[in-house]
Amino acid sequence: MRPALSIVFFTTLSGAGYGLWLLIAIAVAIGAAPADRFTIVVTLLTGLVLTSIGLLASVAHLGKPLRAWRALSQWRSSWLSREGILALVCVPLCLLLAWRVESVHSGLRIRAGFAVFALLAAATVLCTARIYASLRTIRAWRDWRVTPLYGLLALQTGGLWLWLLCELAAPQPLDIQPGICAGRVAWLVALAAGIGLTWGLQRAYWRRPAEAQPDTAAATGLGLPGTVAAMEAPHTEENYLLREMGFALARRHAERLRAIASRTLFVLPLLAIGVSLLLPGWTLPAAIVATVGAMLGVFVQRWLFFAEARHAVQAYYR
Amino acid sequence: MTDLPPKGRVKLGLVIDLDTCVGCHACAVACKEWNDGGSFGPLEDRDAYGAQPDGVWFNRVHSYQVAVQAVPPLLRTVQAAAAAVTAPAPGGCGGQAADGMTVHFPRSCLHCEKPACVTVCPTGASYKRVEDGIVLVDEDLCIGCQLCAWACPYGAREFSEHHGTMQKCTLCVDRIYNDQLAPEDRQPACVKACPTRARHFGDLGDPDSAVSQLVAERSGYALMPELGYEPVNRYLPPRPRRAAPPEPAPAAAAADGYDPAALPPLLRWLDRALSR
Repeated sequence: MRPALSIVFFTTLSGAGYGLWLLIAIAVAIGAAPADRFTIVVTLLTGLVLTSIGLLASVAHLGKPLRAWRALSQWRSSWLSREGILALVCVPLCLLLAWRVESVHSGLRIRAGFAVFALLAAATVLCTARIYASLRTIRAWRDWRVTPLYGLLALQTGGLWLWLLCELAAPQPLDIQPGICAGRVAWLVALAAGIGLTWGLQRAYWRRPAEAQPDTAAATGLGLPGTVAAMEAPHTEENYLLREMGFALARRHAERLRAIASRTLFVLPLLAIGVSLLLPGWTLPAAIVATVGAMLGVFVQRWLFFAEARHAVQAYYR
Repeated sequence: MTDLPPKGRVKLGLVIDLDTCVGCHACAVACKEWNDGGSFGPLEDRDAYGAQPDGVWFNRVHSYQVAVQAVPPLLRTVQAAAAAVTAPAPGGCGGQAADGMTVHFPRSCLHCEKPACVTVCPTGASYKRVEDGIVLVDEDLCIGCQLCAWACPYGAREFSEHHGTMQKCTLCVDRIYNDQLAPEDRQPACVKACPTRARHFGDLGDPDSAVSQLVAERSGYALMPELGYEPVNRYLPPRPRRAAPPEPAPAAAAADGYDPAALPPLLRWLDRALSR
């Protein structure tokens, strides 16, 4: 599949935004750190910026961007439509919560609001994943790991953003109380464990056995596998189908790109968390490196996700 | 709504005879011509006479080389295989030619009964008509997200950069119900244009219709049924071909010590040309 930059930006940036929203919403709903209103508001608004850039990128993908609002009508059958509706519902709720939240020790109604917000953010990421995972024409996306990977990567990149924002908004003094210190260590260890889990699942996805693709014989119904070969193409030049669904560049460089994605998306953030745990003075630069690296890495990962996938229609052209 | 409508009784579609299709592309050209000026046109055409012509076509005609197969799989059912064995083609052995065969394969929208291109559409622009089962795109609603093209395994949908919307086969819905045309012309342009009558149009939901009977008689089949989209269009498999004439026996020639393989290249070519 052609890895359109608009879709890669959309899925990675909005994924990070919803992950960030989900984590901060859970943190407030259960009354966990960060404690001050400023950090919570900054986090909510950063999530809004990330998801908005992502949604605008997805609108830029459309042939008729001004008609984008029409995409909200078919929620009964279309995951794309469901995703759009949930994404738009999140925006006013985010602004309302940013306005009403007092601190992490907000009232029950605010905390319930954050709980609903967490559910909406999670559902939006799920819908994004289902847009792709529900296509029967692309076998690589039918794999069971695709949907959890979308969710885990959203949580991971969102978690790294949350770490960075907490450090920027309220840097921890070096002589902090033991209780907060323990909370911080627990949070970083949890983040590292999440990254490790995502890494394992991503490796398993990359190393899965190649899916059986329909060959020309199966697609045309003309014979046993391997007995039908294209003799003459239906057209002399590339057409839309070959441009959109015949992208082969990525498969040629897949190994190298996977290595780049693994190192920036998983290894670098894990190292940065290690540095932060051992040398607390280096926490801010470590958080910056981890977040920037992970965003670059998830961009490469998502580019590969699209670019490596083969579409069933290619069987007619082989 | 892009929810699928309840299954209708009428299932208009095409039956394409791979036995008689000669791969002339007349269907593709006639389709382009009609739809360019029809109510779903114009069909995109860029650099039409230049080095890299590009555009939207609803029909694409592939040509395939089908190798010899131990079991003739083109005979898709037991009945067809039995019929071929008991009644071999006149003058032939009922099998395939020794070097396989060429099959021309027109590909277009199959107007599926469970079209994923319709259910993934976020706007309702893609829809399946209840009354006749035709799958259409409403060009005024389409936002050009192209997800329907991703969802279609048959490559039936092509995106028009000029319009910013998706375009696809309409089964010439603006011909088949057109009072302005003579009744015999109320057929899709591709069907009317086919010089070998390899394309047939009709109601595949009615078991007594001419097309349904043709499908039953010739063991017509659907493309990639395992994907579950339940295509309406049917393809008729090529009939068994006559085998190639046997090679002339070289025994008589060998008697006078004439061995063409020993000749110099020029004479060997001459020998081959004269023996044809």
